[in-house]
Amino acid sequence: MSQFTLNLIFIGLSFALYIGIAIWARAGSTAEFYAANRGVGPVMNGMATAADWMSAASFISMAGLIAFTGYDNSTFLMGWTGGYVLLAMLLAPYLRKFGKFTVPEFIGDRFYSQTARIIGVICLLIISITYVIGQMTGVGVTFSRYLEVSNSTGLWIGAGLVFVYAVLGGMKGITYTQVAQYIVLIIAYTIPAVFIAMQLTGHVLPQTGLFGSLNEGGGKFLATLDQVVTDLGFKSYTGHHKSTLDMVLFTLALMIGTAGLPHVIIRFFTVPKVSDARKSAGWALVFIALLYTVAPAVGSMSRFNLTATMWPGAESGQTFSQPAVSLDAIENDPEKAWMRNWQVTGLLNWEDKNGDGMIQYYNDGAENEALSAVIAEQNLQGNELTTVNNDIMVLANPEIANLPGWVIAIVAAGGLAAALSTAAGLLLAISGAVSHDLVKGAINPNISEKGELLAARISMAVSILVATMLGLNPPGFAAQTVALAFGLAASSIFPVLMMGIFSKRINKQGAIAGMLAGILSTLLYIFTYKGWFFIAGTNMLEDTAANWVFGISPASFGVIGALINFGVAYVVSNATEEPPLEVQELVDSIRVPRGAGDAVSH
Amino acid sequence: MTDKQSSNAYWQANVRIIWICLAIWALVSYGFAIILRPLLSAIKIGGTDLGFWFAQQGSILVFIALIFFYAARMNRLDRDHGVDE
Repeated sequence: MSQFTLNLIFIGLSFALYIGIAIWARAGSTAEFYAANRGVGPVMNGMATAADWMSAASFISMAGLIAFTGYDNSTFLMGWTGGYVLLAMLLAPYLRKFGKFTVPEFIGDRFYSQTARIIGVICLLIISITYVIGQMTGVGVTFSRYLEVSNSTGLWIGAGLVFVYAVLGGMKGITYTQVAQYIVLIIAYTIPAVFIAMQLTGHVLPQTGLFGSLNEGGGKFLATLDQVVTDLGFKSYTGHHKSTLDMVLFTLALMIGTAGLPHVIIRFFTVPKVSDARKSAGWALVFIALLYTVAPAVGSMSRFNLTATMWPGAESGQTFSQPAVSLDAIENDPEKAWMRNWQVTGLLNWEDKNGDGMIQYYNDGAENEALSAVIAEQNLQGNELTTVNNDIMVLANPEIANLPGWVIAIVAAGGLAAALSTAAGLLLAISGAVSHDLVKGAINPNISEKGELLAARISMAVSILVATMLGLNPPGFAAQTVALAFGLAASSIFPVLMMGIFSKRINKQGAIAGMLAGILSTLLYIFTYKGWFFIAGTNMLEDTAANWVFGISPASFGVIGALINFGVAYVVSNATEEPPLEVQELVDSIRVPRGAGDAVSH
Repeated sequence: MTDKQSSNAYWQANVRIIWICLAIWALVSYGFAIILRPLLSAIKIGGTDLGFWFAQQGSILVFIALIFFYAARMNRLDRDHGVDE
């Protein structure tokens, strides 16, 4: 059976499953549409949260980021998991007790201000829309690679599928589809990782294989990898090369950004009890960790396999002392067919610069005496593996390791599941903010339940259309939006929610001033280095470490924005009057679990 | 004890548990995995050192343990103060 047929079968089966679930889980009320009627158990909600959270970036890009940088990019692993500790202790249980449907609704009620609620809606929309563009782009790329349709056809198929289950089922349909999508994506991620860990180290668990010994030669895997990459002039894999301060701040920015992402927070509105919200954050992290503890093994092992493809001696720790891969092997050897497949996509390329019939892969920018000697001796004219895109490390991994065709088909279905599940969660957060906070909250408070449900469905459909159009013509800043989404979530939503729960003294004026100060300082810092509204050439300072204030990168600035938010809110609140008594009572009531099931009873 | 005092005591106990958990949370990630890594470099594990393990595996496992510990402690605290559901 051809690879194309296999891909079609696996992707088709997974889609049939999602549509079946959607028809079974139609939503009939706003409570079902926004919060799945608060009937989702903590384990299942944890699984849905994991799928909601793990996007195309986690599934496809993260292992590649770690593969080519090593230890320094551990910040992504810790940053994207540590936020759940903050969620479980600082936000989720109290917001569940509050018992409403959206994040801006809490901001509006706690700070008794329509203005605060609208600022919350604007932050939510910027965060979620920038985030959803990346997902839709991922859907298009995966479709065009595996189903051999055009990028735009792939995008419309994906959009149509999300439309069916998100518009029909709302949170209820999305939750159960996400559970199925989690299972698809975790199987797709784990199977190739287990195969490769066994091939290289004999360990079944990639998590222990990472610290195991190589089957060939018997040296420690990480020690051999370090030696091979430093021989080739790259930085050592396990070494610490970046600024310590920026690593700490970037990790913290990702953690509080994660805890402030609205589409993640609303998942905790669906559980029956406050105690379930705490437990569910733990389960979410268990399911996330199944992928996140495997990712560093996938990254390092695919880096090793790639290097060993280019330098066959690398498997036993030898590089330059044995010949590099020959051009003839790349063009004719069936085991290297994957290189030819990926060259077509433009994500991988090579060029025999010195005309010796071999492709030498090394770091030609390195200042290294031993390397210079080899370069002179072997007459090398520069690195000949000219393009290696980070993203192929996960997608090409099964092919590099010569795994069977059905594994490749599963990886394709898994990549789509990761992108679609995150897109659906984001679209729900967007439609909730539009129909519940704008239409019902500000424009027409007397709208009937039926009318609001219709408004929610229409805004969902419009959001899908907008996201698809943006996915078809991704704005030039698509790659920069992660910094923007996390920076805004960290500097606006997380601090305002936390202060609303942990302080009774923060009032309307403090919250509004704090949010504006946090958002504006973060945007200013990001735009200074990345260009105004990400338009190339409009940046006021060059985006290099030497120019950053105290060495803080724009992606890490969310932490400083959050501190500014906290500080301004504190000072302004203390200079103005206390919040009204009923708001202080609201804070007292969300702090205790009792009475969460029904309307607030005391 | 009045309701007000009891709920104050409940909240203070909750905040105390959160502080303890967050201290451990910061110690394993910012501490062992990044800032204190050079101090731990003598402890070797699988071809590298303990700090690397905390950065790529250990801290995530500790995070999970912390959340379940917090959830269990809070369930007990809820019952002790009569505010459970």
